[in-house]
Amino acid sequence: MLALPCPHCGTRDEAEFQFGGEPAVRPPSSVSDTVWADYLYMRRNEKGAHRELWCHAGGCGQWFVLTRDTATHAVLP
Amino acid sequence: MRLAVGGRIDRGKMLRFTWNGRALSGFAGDTIASALLANDVKIVARSFKYHRPRGLFAAWVDEPNAVVDVRWNGQHDPNARATLVALRDGMVITGVNGFPSVDRDVAASLDLLHRFLPAGFYYKSFMAPSWHYYEPRIRAMAGLGRVGEATETRSFETRNARSDVLVIGAGPAGLAAAKAARATGASVLLVDDRAALGGSLLWDTATIDDVPAHAWATAAIAGVRVLSRTTVFGAYDQGSFALLEDRAEAPEGWAAPRLWVVRAKRVIFATGAIERPLVFPDNDRPGIMAASAVLDYLRQYGVLAGRQVIVATNNDSAYGVAEALRDAGAAVEIADARDDAPAIPGIKVRSATVPLGTGGRGGLAWVDLGPRDGSRRDRVSADLLAVSGGWSPAVHLFSQAGGALQWDADLAAFVPMQAGQLVAGSVTGAADLATCLAQGHAAGLAATDAGDLVGPRTAAASPVRPILPLWGLDLPGTRQWVDYQNDVTAKDVRLAASEGYRSVEHLKRYTTLGMATDQGKTSNVNGLAILADATGQAISEVGTTKFRPPFTPVPLAAIAGLRHGALFAPLRHLPVHDDHLALGAEMRDYGGWARPACYRGIGETTEAAIKREAANARFRVGLFDGSSLGKIEVYGPDAAAFLNLMYYNEVANLRPGRLRYCLLLRETGVVFDDGVVGRLAADRYLLSPSSSHTAGVLAMLELWHQTEYPTMQVAFHDVTAAWATFAISGPKSRDVVAGLGSGADLSDQALPHMAMTENFIGSVPCRIARVSFTGERSYEVSVPSGYAQSLWQHLLDLGAAAGIMPYGIESLSVLRAEKGYILIGTDTDGMTLPVDLGLEGPLRAKKIDFVGKRSLLTPDATRADRRQLVGLLPADPETVPVPGSHAVLREGGASRSLGWITTACRSPVLQRSVALGMIESGRARMGEEISLFHLGKLSRARIVAPCFYDPAGEKLHG
Amino acid sequence: MSRTPFRTRYSAASLLRQGLGGHTGWGEAWRAPSPKPRYDFVIIGGGGHGLATAYYLAKLHGANRVAVLEKGWIGGGNTGRNTTIVRSNYFFPQSAALYDHALQLYEGLSQDLNYNIMLSQRGVVTVAHSNHDMELMARSVNAMLINGIEVELLDADGVHREVKIANRDPDARYPIHGGFVQRRGGIARHDAVAWGYARAADALGVDIIQNCEVTGFRFDGSRVVGVETSLGPIAAGRVGMAVAGHSGVLAAKAGFKLPIQSYALQAMVTEPVKPLLDTVILSSSTGIYCSQSDKGEMVFGAGLDLYPSYAQRGNLPVGQTIVAALLEMFPRFRTLKLLRQWAGIVDVCWDYSPLIGPSPVDGLFLNCGWGTGGFKAIPAGGWLLAHILATGRHHPISAPFDLDRFTTGRLIDEAAGAGIAH
Repeated sequence: MLALPCPHCGTRDEAEFQFGGEPAVRPPSSVSDTVWADYLYMRRNEKGAHRELWCHAGGCGQWFVLTRDTATHAVLP
Repeated sequence: MRLAVGGRIDRGKMLRFTWNGRALSGFAGDTIASALLANDVKIVARSFKYHRPRGLFAAWVDEPNAVVDVRWNGQHDPNARATLVALRDGMVITGVNGFPSVDRDVAASLDLLHRFLPAGFYYKSFMAPSWHYYEPRIRAMAGLGRVGEATETRSFETRNARSDVLVIGAGPAGLAAAKAARATGASVLLVDDRAALGGSLLWDTATIDDVPAHAWATAAIAGVRVLSRTTVFGAYDQGSFALLEDRAEAPEGWAAPRLWVVRAKRVIFATGAIERPLVFPDNDRPGIMAASAVLDYLRQYGVLAGRQVIVATNNDSAYGVAEALRDAGAAVEIADARDDAPAIPGIKVRSATVPLGTGGRGGLAWVDLGPRDGSRRDRVSADLLAVSGGWSPAVHLFSQAGGALQWDADLAAFVPMQAGQLVAGSVTGAADLATCLAQGHAAGLAATDAGDLVGPRTAAASPVRPILPLWGLDLPGTRQWVDYQNDVTAKDVRLAASEGYRSVEHLKRYTTLGMATDQGKTSNVNGLAILADATGQAISEVGTTKFRPPFTPVPLAAIAGLRHGALFAPLRHLPVHDDHLALGAEMRDYGGWARPACYRGIGETTEAAIKREAANARFRVGLFDGSSLGKIEVYGPDAAAFLNLMYYNEVANLRPGRLRYCLLLRETGVVFDDGVVGRLAADRYLLSPSSSHTAGVLAMLELWHQTEYPTMQVAFHDVTAAWATFAISGPKSRDVVAGLGSGADLSDQALPHMAMTENFIGSVPCRIARVSFTGERSYEVSVPSGYAQSLWQHLLDLGAAAGIMPYGIESLSVLRAEKGYILIGTDTDGMTLPVDLGLEGPLRAKKIDFVGKRSLLTPDATRADRRQLVGLLPADPETVPVPGSHAVLREGGASRSLGWITTACRSPVLQRSVALGMIESGRARMGEEISLFHLGKLSRARIVAPCFYDPAGEKLHG
Repeated sequence: MSRTPFRTRYSAASLLRQGLGGHTGWGEAWRAPSPKPRYDFVIIGGGGHGLATAYYLAKLHGANRVAVLEKGWIGGGNTGRNTTIVRSNYFFPQSAALYDHALQLYEGLSQDLNYNIMLSQRGVVTVAHSNHDMELMARSVNAMLINGIEVELLDADGVHREVKIANRDPDARYPIHGGFVQRRGGIARHDAVAWGYARAADALGVDIIQNCEVTGFRFDGSRVVGVETSLGPIAAGRVGMAVAGHSGVLAAKAGFKLPIQSYALQAMVTEPVKPLLDTVILSSSTGIYCSQSDKGEMVFGAGLDLYPSYAQRGNLPVGQTIVAALLEMFPRFRTLKLLRQWAGIVDVCWDYSPLIGPSPVDGLFLNCGWGTGGFKAIPAGGWLLAHILATGRHHPISAPFDLDRFTTGRLIDEAAGAGIAH
């Protein structure tokens, strides 16, 4: 039962949010299969501080990046 | 037996109940357990493994034995904890896990074999010839209660609460904490699992702040929000807790318990402590009870659990119990394991004495007392043995919330390490009122970071003599129970250790210690202490097993709450839902919407209805409710450029007023959705995602806009629910639409196929799109959904002369299959790329990096032998192949799947069966005859182009 | 295969003998050795997959210098936290080959390990809730039959014959339209699988070292030649890792990323009740799966928690959804109580299929990405990783599950195969 800080609306219950994965920089389509696979599939998947995308889907619709401790679920500054 | 006076029961209100068919009675305020004890019921259950007789041991959540079957007022609890369920008039209570009854259980003979059934015996046997040979017989022994036919019909609701401070436990420490926190101005929620707050204060003779303790308790909660009869059963993330409020006392009767979810800024754990049994030979006999439980039954319920009592203890806490029993008229003797026990008036006290054995049929008759080494034994008659092996702080919730524990050797207990967490009272090991009050007060202030306030005053405690830890007696050949319900003995623990199961978690799993319905509340610490002894480790090294929710078993129905029946994944309704029903529609779930499958006439089969509806839409005119189809409006100067990056197809060159069928891909290249994109103006688009994908498409657009293209000026608005859309399809559709008088020019020049126009019907805005999913001339008319019903009725009236009929999804599926129009999620799946559907143009033509483009260039995406969309004509035109049939190829003696049929139907137009499928290298196989496989049967079909009707599209255009 | 030299063979006769002698002669099921400075093979992770890898290395490939390093207690990860279901009803031929290899090994495992893993082939019934579900199920069933996996398609009555207590209400939100059954599927005692492999591996000389955490890798140039541990460095000829949810953590230590995200997968049990559910049941729509243990508890679970996690606990909202789904399937369970809720950390690949084979780093080999399906695959996962470690080459069964499929795009997407659109 996370409580997450929407930059627009303030802290809300996790039920209002949608998880969006790790943020990644999109390469152009000219890159190799390997580079494309790295962007598409490879993940840091950190235990501990984890940068991740969330959307306040049940609220204002804002996507934002959050750092969360995946071991404790605490939202980190 | 019930005493003539005392207890917090209502003696004016007698409650009748039956126990194993015997008519008994108790009083309002009794639990099932106290009522059974008042009636001198000795055996309340049978142990799980050896079917040993079991009596009440505890009085509350820690009770390991008394699981009973309870029926009352249509309700049934097959595994009720007798100590936790309030007695009600007319309850039918039965023992479980005993046949024919728990008093005389034929399975008790298993106990004779105990020496061959040690911990984990089943891992070492039952292998020859196979476990399957033994399992049915062992399985028949499983379980405690029996689930009945009747289901739980009460409504379970869930509530949420917030507070600055949550105080768990309303004993002296919890009350002092709540009072202090409230005094600083914080909002405080105080939760306790019993009906009356105060814990021991309810009968304590002490004074606090110069008033009687119980009076102080009542005053302490002024301004505090209180939930009594409520168990905090789980600690979850970020200060959130799950609670179960037992509402058995509610005026409406045995009301369903209520789940609460509470978020608090700070939590104070004042959760108390649980008394441990002593581990000694034959310590599982009915009539052996926790000393604190004996006192609880006496004080709360006026029940004296025995008249000839031995109190066996290794610590000071049981002395008060002995005195209370003496005062209640029992003959009491104390066996203190420690040396130099003090003299107590009216009680014989033995020092350095422990119970060495017990005896009696159906209950307790005698106890052997003597020194720990068993060198002497003195047989003493007794009908009750009250034991205290020390106290285990109830650290369950504290630990669940992330708190760390440490072993306190002086207290012989795991206690909370207090870094960052607030704990108070006997959960810290505190044993006297003054300390508990002081700790609670300090925690209450710390929770709000407030300054000094004066705490509650009470008499200082007398000094406590240290506990003498006792973890079983070294007496070979004896059976000393650790876990009562699961029949785990000290010998089992030692066997596990000797076999290498030395981790406390291995011990638990190998012996099943602490895995019974009490989750080891009384047994865990004794078990791991014995493990420590057996392995030569310190108890601190052994540690505890992980504490998991729930603290006490929680009814599944309460956890699910209102997510039940119609409220479990509710379906969305169309604006004219009731009109469909009035027309005889059979409503089904399509992508989370209740939509008409077909409209069956009286006596008509579904098949006949589908055939009729499809033919009518093809040859005359049909009316279809497309309101669930998504409608997302896209605005802004960059709308065209942005959508061109999103869509597989080119959409920037679309002229205003024109429509185009487009695919939306995932970044993996997989087809996510299809739909018609319309351009309303240079800076306005209207998207029509499929009904079940609208939310997903909107989320995707927002994600890409906000994260990848934030500088583009574009905005999105989901107006699906704002507009109702009806499709009028068939050769006579134009006449019907013309009748609306929208003023739109419906000529083929002004409104050709794949064009749209915005007009008014009277003063009501409407959109008319000429787009078809049937292959016939079709118009989709949209109006604000408030006008849905009048438009629907108006269209039916306008079309009456032309023979208009509504048609449902199933007929539409036939119509679209004849045309080879795909349905996302039916003809496509999570592997389908646009090239597989024969849509290769945009990949070649579009130069920009639209979503999913790069993934269409990988080695796998460009393979020639991918599965491709084809049409299939079964060799037998009368047989419709089952969707999901595979096309197979015999290769080297084995069959290989070439793909599968995704859609199949009997075509009313072609008067034969047709199918669509995804077949390996399908486009290269045109004209080839292949084998279809379904459940072992083979048939033949020819691969053809995926369009069976009007391939030139003449019907669409004219 | 040679007989494994157990200190004490388990049997009814030995139980009788030990019973008369006070159970003093069983000896340790496995030793508690100190690590040696060097092994030919070091397996990181003392769960089912790691222990099975060590066992098959010793048993089938004659390896005699093998260590399993476990940071906690063996079998304490997902092996000891799952809902114990075994089945091989998979869509793609590659998956069928993999999981049926596992099931076949399971079928002989109690005898092979001389440890009763209580494989109970009570049948796994998967339920369909709509016509569309039934079409997709036909597609799956036909694929399985072509793959040589014996399954039967059932109509609604057929499901109710197999599962007598399932919801019969035709107006239920998810009414039962039909389903299919794999009769060879069922459940096994999860702890026993870990302990059985551990005991047998130990008897063959494998060092099982508990409370030994791998903190890093030792390299010679770009090749892994050993590991750093909480008990000191250990040199290794080849290193295999089978650490499930923590694969990403170890991969980072070795300097690469994986196509994996770790999620909490919840499991729950009710209080024990007398037997009334004799098969394993799964729902295609709600994702719920449930079986009744031989102790009488209903053991159940469903979907993943909604965000990555290494906290081995389930969150409440998903737990509520899971319980609600269970009650829709079995309305009679509304009188039951939840006894325990927990979670394991599962390593989910993008295509829900495992990764088996070489890692991007020389000398280090992978067995991970099993997601929610690791337990049923333990014997095959260990058998294949042992083959790869011993030979340095893929086995034909493992080759399709190589990491390179994410570059070529040749994913083995079982969810997509079952017809689930992404």
